[in-house]
Amino acid sequence: MNNVLFAFCVLGGLGVVFGLVLAVASQVFHVEEDPRIAKIQSCLNGANCGACGYTGCAAYAQAIVKEDAPRNLCAPGGAAAVDGIAAILGEATPEFVRQVAFVRCSGGDKAHNKYNYDGVKDCALASASTGGGPLSCAYGCLGYGNCVSVCKFDAIHIVDGVAKVDHEKCRGCLACVSACPKKLIVALPYDAVGTIACNNTDKGGITRKVCESGCLGCHLCEKNCPHNAVHIVDNLSVKDFSKCQNCGICAEKCPRKLIFFPGSPAHIENKEEKIG
Amino acid sequence: MSFTGLVSIALGAILIQNFIFSQFLGICPFMGVSKKMDTALGMGIAVTFVMGIASVFCWLVNTYLLVPLGLGYMQTVAYILVIASLVQFVEMFLKKSIPSLYQALGIYLPLITTNCAVLGVVLLNTQNNYNFLESVVYGITGGLGFLVAIVLFASVRERLDLTGDSPKSFEGFPIALISAGLLALAFMGFSGLKVF
Repeated sequence: MNNVLFAFCVLGGLGVVFGLVLAVASQVFHVEEDPRIAKIQSCLNGANCGACGYTGCAAYAQAIVKEDAPRNLCAPGGAAAVDGIAAILGEATPEFVRQVAFVRCSGGDKAHNKYNYDGVKDCALASASTGGGPLSCAYGCLGYGNCVSVCKFDAIHIVDGVAKVDHEKCRGCLACVSACPKKLIVALPYDAVGTIACNNTDKGGITRKVCESGCLGCHLCEKNCPHNAVHIVDNLSVKDFSKCQNCGICAEKCPRKLIFFPGSPAHIENKEEKIG
Repeated sequence: MSFTGLVSIALGAILIQNFIFSQFLGICPFMGVSKKMDTALGMGIAVTFVMGIASVFCWLVNTYLLVPLGLGYMQTVAYILVIASLVQFVEMFLKKSIPSLYQALGIYLPLITTNCAVLGVVLLNTQNNYNFLESVVYGITGGLGFLVAIVLFASVRERLDLTGDSPKSFEGFPIALISAGLLALAFMGFSGLKVF
């Protein structure tokens, strides 16, 4: 019995000593921290999942206060976390603008290849190989689906050799944006996706040779736009979303039907394809 | 203890008796944080750091407290106590004094409290009757062995993710476990290595 008591006392004493050392250390090494950081951390999900891109909930909470990080990165926390953060910081709840990914290429099978690629079916590796990949068009989608494999919501698929986003399923996490080595995927507001599905800035004649579905820079969209919202920049149609009224005239006039619009023929066709 | 003795302890801890590949200690963080190279590197450095200082303090506690009092059988409990408080202390100290290192180690530092490789290294120190210097060398090089293992494995896993050649049912953890086994087999090649 004495043995047990002795061991208990010694280890208990050791524990008390360490506890005291830690208590003193927490005072000596105390770091003044913004109290909002701890409050924000309690609003977050606490899963330390890393979906926000920081090393954990604590790091994200700190980044919000110190580096003004975006408030809506906590995917597991969702809207509740965003509201909580806004309340703590005394800000108005940020309005959610639903964003969707959009692939600025519609080449795929309509684009020509300059050689047969036999390597690993991976966009990053293919675009790092000779001549930026097998596609004649230096800008186009290679169609090996790096974006498909990073999408957690089954919203992006390779259709006819080119990546297409299902805008209903897309949750706007934009994981595909960084997965695309050709930088073809952009984020657009959900209700104004009308933009051109091509990224080729070569002159029309060159574009015509490499792809049957490339923007030729013909200026028809620019000339017909009643709101002065579409311009040809570097031989490519570019839309100014602040001026666009979603009338869809540019989509009608485009000879290659490259402009995707909510309600435009190309957009509806795009949707039916996915339903079928 | 001679210099050659220390070298043989170091080589043994890094290659021959690697904590991951031949003693199978610390497998949990090894599998858990080896998906990306930079996190693997952070974890490896943090483990090396904690193993080193844990060896120092556990040796002191064992030699000057447990052995004189005849409480050698309480080693495991005492060591857990020492490691847990030590990691807490180091975390507070780093946060105040070396914030950059604290940021670099991030959440890995507190995670190591329950890493069995750290407890393993201090128990092995006692089992092998190492003196102070030997314990420290064994602790640090054991951590380096962990670092080598996790960095090698992270690069293998990054490759695996990139090629995606594995059958559907083997994707993710199954293929990772198999490749860990193959790496361990490769490390068995070092078991014939003799130092001096």
